[in-house]
Amino acid sequence: MEFERRESPYWSARVAVPSLMLQVLAALVPAAIAHVWFFGPGFIFNLLVASIFAVGGEALIMYLRKRPPEVALTDYSALVTAALLTFALPSLTPWWVTATGALFAVVVAKHLYGGLGFNLFNPAMAGYVVILVAFPMHLNLWIAPRIGDIDYQFLTILQTLKFTLTGSLPEALGFDAVSRPTPLDVMKSGLNGLRTVSEIRANPIMGDFGGRGWEWIGNFLALGGFWLLIKKIIRWHIPVGVGIGVLLPAGIMYLIEPGTNPSPGFHLFGGATILCAFFIATDPVSAATSPKGRLIFGVGIGLLIYCIRTWGSYADGVAFAVLIMNMAVPVIDSMTRPHIVGHGKTGGAS
Amino acid sequence: MTAPTYDLGKLHGGLRLPAHKSDATAQPIRDVPLPPQLILPITQHVGDPAQPVVGIGNRVLKGQLLAEPDGTVGAPIHASSSGKIIAIEPWPVARRLGDNGPCIIIECDGDDLAVEHEGLTADYLSLQPADLLLQILDGGIVGLGGAVFPTAQKLMQARTCDIDFLILNGVECEPYISCDDMLMRERAAEILSGAQILMHAMQIDICYVVVESDKPEALNSLGGALGELDDDRLILKQVPTIFPSGGEDQLVQLVTNREVPSGGLPTDVGCLVQNVGTAAAVHDWVINHEPLISRVTTVSGDGIANPMNVRARIGTPVADVVEFTGGYAERPEHLIIGGPMTGRSVSTDRVPLVKATNSILVVHRTSFQGRELACIRCGDCASVCPVQLQPQQLFWYACADDEEKLREFGLTDCIECGCCDLVCPSHIPLTADFRIAKGRIQELADEKARAERARQRFEARNERLEREKKDRDAELARQKASAKQAGPEAIAEILKRKQQESEDD
Repeated sequence: MEFERRESPYWSARVAVPSLMLQVLAALVPAAIAHVWFFGPGFIFNLLVASIFAVGGEALIMYLRKRPPEVALTDYSALVTAALLTFALPSLTPWWVTATGALFAVVVAKHLYGGLGFNLFNPAMAGYVVILVAFPMHLNLWIAPRIGDIDYQFLTILQTLKFTLTGSLPEALGFDAVSRPTPLDVMKSGLNGLRTVSEIRANPIMGDFGGRGWEWIGNFLALGGFWLLIKKIIRWHIPVGVGIGVLLPAGIMYLIEPGTNPSPGFHLFGGATILCAFFIATDPVSAATSPKGRLIFGVGIGLLIYCIRTWGSYADGVAFAVLIMNMAVPVIDSMTRPHIVGHGKTGGAS
Repeated sequence: MTAPTYDLGKLHGGLRLPAHKSDATAQPIRDVPLPPQLILPITQHVGDPAQPVVGIGNRVLKGQLLAEPDGTVGAPIHASSSGKIIAIEPWPVARRLGDNGPCIIIECDGDDLAVEHEGLTADYLSLQPADLLLQILDGGIVGLGGAVFPTAQKLMQARTCDIDFLILNGVECEPYISCDDMLMRERAAEILSGAQILMHAMQIDICYVVVESDKPEALNSLGGALGELDDDRLILKQVPTIFPSGGEDQLVQLVTNREVPSGGLPTDVGCLVQNVGTAAAVHDWVINHEPLISRVTTVSGDGIANPMNVRARIGTPVADVVEFTGGYAERPEHLIIGGPMTGRSVSTDRVPLVKATNSILVVHRTSFQGRELACIRCGDCASVCPVQLQPQQLFWYACADDEEKLREFGLTDCIECGCCDLVCPSHIPLTADFRIAKGRIQELADEKARAERARQRFEARNERLEREKKDRDAELARQKASAKQAGPEAIAEILKRKQQESEDD
């Protein structure tokens, strides 16, 4: 009797990249719902625009690279990039801004470096930084969260859609009427205006730790992140590293001078720290690869986030922190190589 | 029965795999009847092929020597039954390199008459260790865990080192395979007797008998046999069920917390590892004078109608073994000799069962298929690698064909256990890729050695030519100088001779 031959091992993985990506997307769903609840339907429109351009851009570039487009499209990584980019955007963002970010993320940051697995930089953050620099005005249009006694002007679905498509608000409303500075902006400008943290925190936009509404999104992101940890889709090293990197300096500074330094809790819930810790920094392709390396990578991102927020000119520093640490990955990797069994206990770095 | 689990070293990574063993362990070991033909490859061990000492047409008896080692490493081959040698020719065998190997083919006469081995004594304690080793050498015994290194030579090598422990390997970590488990259940006393023989031959005072926690029956039966033996040099140890803790180096690390150096052997850290099946074979040879002519093997997998463990003569065609168990089930698409992680896929069931065959596995094609995607550097492979390599980096360098980096990142330390393959979400055939890369590194090294030899030859030739030229030049210069010295007189002489010649005319 004849048989087909094959190389060992004769089993293969029960998990596959597409299912990993889908689970990451699933973990983002609660936070997405919270986002829509607090900041209106703009999130959905942004997500649609980002997804269409990320997936379309990926199909186009695969065609130009003479590769089968369906391979890239069915791993769902472009959708994850689109979703992460969308979380970074204010709910009122004109479509061309979102589209630019999504296209840059997928076409330049990902495929010009060789596609999935070869990109040095986190695609979503590279795309976000490009639009942050190119369209700073548009990325400032955060509307006030729909919660409690905050004076907010809620836009209807149609009004939001119109803004997404045209970039203009209903005539009766000016930008000032709908937009509010984010908690991080409030904190930054307040501190620059020499007010104390407790004074700044009296602003109705501030919640228990960070900003109201934002805190809830943070909670749901953490929930999704813990689920990914339990499912072993991400490992603990990077989230813990980011946490340490942010909380350690924030805690020390807060203990020394609570009047001019926001609390560690504010740093955790005030911006994109949680999104970064569980979803952005954990992109395996652009992160360090060994457990020790990942811890260092995470701590580096956390420290940079703290530094940029505290001393930089941007209110939040997640995107820059991630991109800078992406650059450090080759060095981290070569310095944190695990000791190969049989090579003496002191082996490793070389 | 719970054996102690204390004092265990830590193994990095590894996997808890579904065992798939209960089907085959549900019934006792059954004997496969004599096949009409026995096919005995002359290479059934690590090392050089054994040289046949019989010819076509010879009648042989069971246990008679057919081929003996020629060269430094090798083991003799014995006739598994009585009959007539009808051919010595290439036959399909389960090897990675090449499909056919030279085999001695016996047409069995069915009488199964055994040869008398003379001059052997069962009272091994009366023998000097060195003599006992020589006796073991004649038994044709090789490591039955799958590595098939000639046992006697392994022991002789170990004699040159300081050995603290004999480790009896009852850790059968690959899924489906249960032949050692069944052997431990049914022949615990013989296994322990084999261990005692090995301890005498090696003059070792401590023997760890190591069994995985998922084999309570084997632990029980070994525990019982140990109790009857009342030999406190033998210690039963239980280890957690994690693949690949049955690998020799991994087991040493687990049991003694000693790391076998890269490129070294367990004997470098004072350990001698022997499979439980090997110990039983040593017992059979030294006590019962039966050389290694049969073994227990697991026949299992989705493609097997009635999975079980069987004892079959070495040389029985796999087709006959499968037929005895009840034949193939639906869709027998892949035939694997060995386990699902490290076994060898073969193209035909005409291959014979050999000393290395611990399992005959027949599986469906769909049990392992997935499209290969790009590596996303998730690092899952690195977290399961028992040698703590970084397969994701190795894969990168293997794609780039960067030999230097491959060496630096320890490709040659890869034990090809297949763990990385199994967890890769991109379904990259890492183990196969590494095997190819290893082959290429070896090729490059060979080529380098060849080039080095050619360079040396070329340089030697140049040197020789240079030397010859120098010698010639020196000779010429000497002649010139002597001509110069003798110049005027010589010319005068020539002129004189010419003159004489003309005068003579």
